[in-house]
Amino acid sequence: MEIKVLGPGCPKCAEAEKLMRDAVEEAGIEATIEKISDFQQIAKFGVFSTPAVVIDGQVKCVGKVPSKKEALAWLGK
Amino acid sequence: MQPGNPDNIDNPAATPQPAPPLAASVKVKYLLTALAGLALWYALYRQLAPFSSFFTYQLLGLAPESRLGEAIEFFVYDTPKVLMLLVLIVYAVGVLRSFFTPERTRKILAGKRESTGNVLAALLGIVTPFCSCSAVPLFIGFVTAGVPLGVTFSFLISAPMVNEIALVLLYGLLGWKVAALYLGTGLFIAIVAGWTIGRLKMERHIEDWVREMHINASDIPDERPTWIERFGQGKTAVRDIVGRVWIFVVLGIAVGAGIHGYVPEGFMASIMGKDAWWSVPAAVLVGIPMYSNAAGIVPVVEALLGKGAALGTVLAFMMSVIALSLPEIVILRKVLKPGLIAVFIGVVGTGIMLVGYLFNIII
Repeated sequence: MEIKVLGPGCPKCAEAEKLMRDAVEEAGIEATIEKISDFQQIAKFGVFSTPAVVIDGQVKCVGKVPSKKEALAWLGK
Repeated sequence: MQPGNPDNIDNPAATPQPAPPLAASVKVKYLLTALAGLALWYALYRQLAPFSSFFTYQLLGLAPESRLGEAIEFFVYDTPKVLMLLVLIVYAVGVLRSFFTPERTRKILAGKRESTGNVLAALLGIVTPFCSCSAVPLFIGFVTAGVPLGVTFSFLISAPMVNEIALVLLYGLLGWKVAALYLGTGLFIAIVAGWTIGRLKMERHIEDWVREMHINASDIPDERPTWIERFGQGKTAVRDIVGRVWIFVVLGIAVGAGIHGYVPEGFMASIMGKDAWWSVPAAVLVGIPMYSNAAGIVPVVEALLGKGAALGTVLAFMMSVIALSLPEIVILRKVLKPGLIAVFIGVVGTGIMLVGYLFNIII
């Protein structure tokens, strides 16, 4: 699974990244987590409110830090 | 708006999930809890003034009219008052904002003409959730969706300037008139500055890579939260915002209390009074590099006003601190060429100065 957290680097974006890392650990699955802070790349996903979470190329949420429950659901748990 | 009813702004491309209707008993329970909460809030709020005077003069035994006494009464009264107002309004705005996502705002503004678009953008800037670090992605999203440049700027100016924290503090510390003036003139500057930038036809001063970008945003899920989730968002907003700014409020009020008790009356009149014409531009210039939030600046502003500073000068200072911030300008440079940045600062700065002079003349 390929997880990308999009965000220029505000506290909320860092929070979203940490939450995804925790969720992956809790789910016990293999996944790469990448933080993307380049505006050009963020825009290419069609995302314009950050933080956003993209899993396997699909935008899962925008403009907020997801809840642990949501995150685990995306990871199939 | 009826609970459970779907809103009428809809995305035909996405398939929104309708909120499951709440059982009537749950709705009644929520309504009663909200009313009881409000009543309790109000009862407490009414006790603050008698309590602060009891605490200062009876419990601590300070002499009325003494400097220390005045400073302490100010602090003991204003701190809980402002924090209570903050919690109430941030909660209400948090729930309100669950109706306005940036995605939806973009859809409303795309294809709007200027003028109407400027007004709408400035108004939406108040209710759309916005954090200054999303200014750039938001700018790209708006411009690529065909929102005119001037309309985009109206949104970008209004969103940080007219914020709920500034309004709450102005209302709590200076009364509803000053709060209404701030709201009105803030909107006015956002509308006029955005319109002016649109007139100047500066589209070519957007960085090239932004203009060449084609974005398809239709696959982003359009969420329709339930009422329980909306109330949850209110709670999250309180935890986030009040948790972040309470320390600035307390510090700001402490500084304000110090000024209140110890700085002589009329002290500020010579520096920030009506007669010092240069004080308005100076206030704007000093405000740009200062990046405080409204929470810290308003209590200081209140104290300055009490010591003879002119309202227009003080409002100009506040607007400049909140709306023209150096970090935001630096980050906007990634999508705007220097010419447009300069015009943005110039137009907004001029607007703020005009407001400052206007109030100094009429009040």
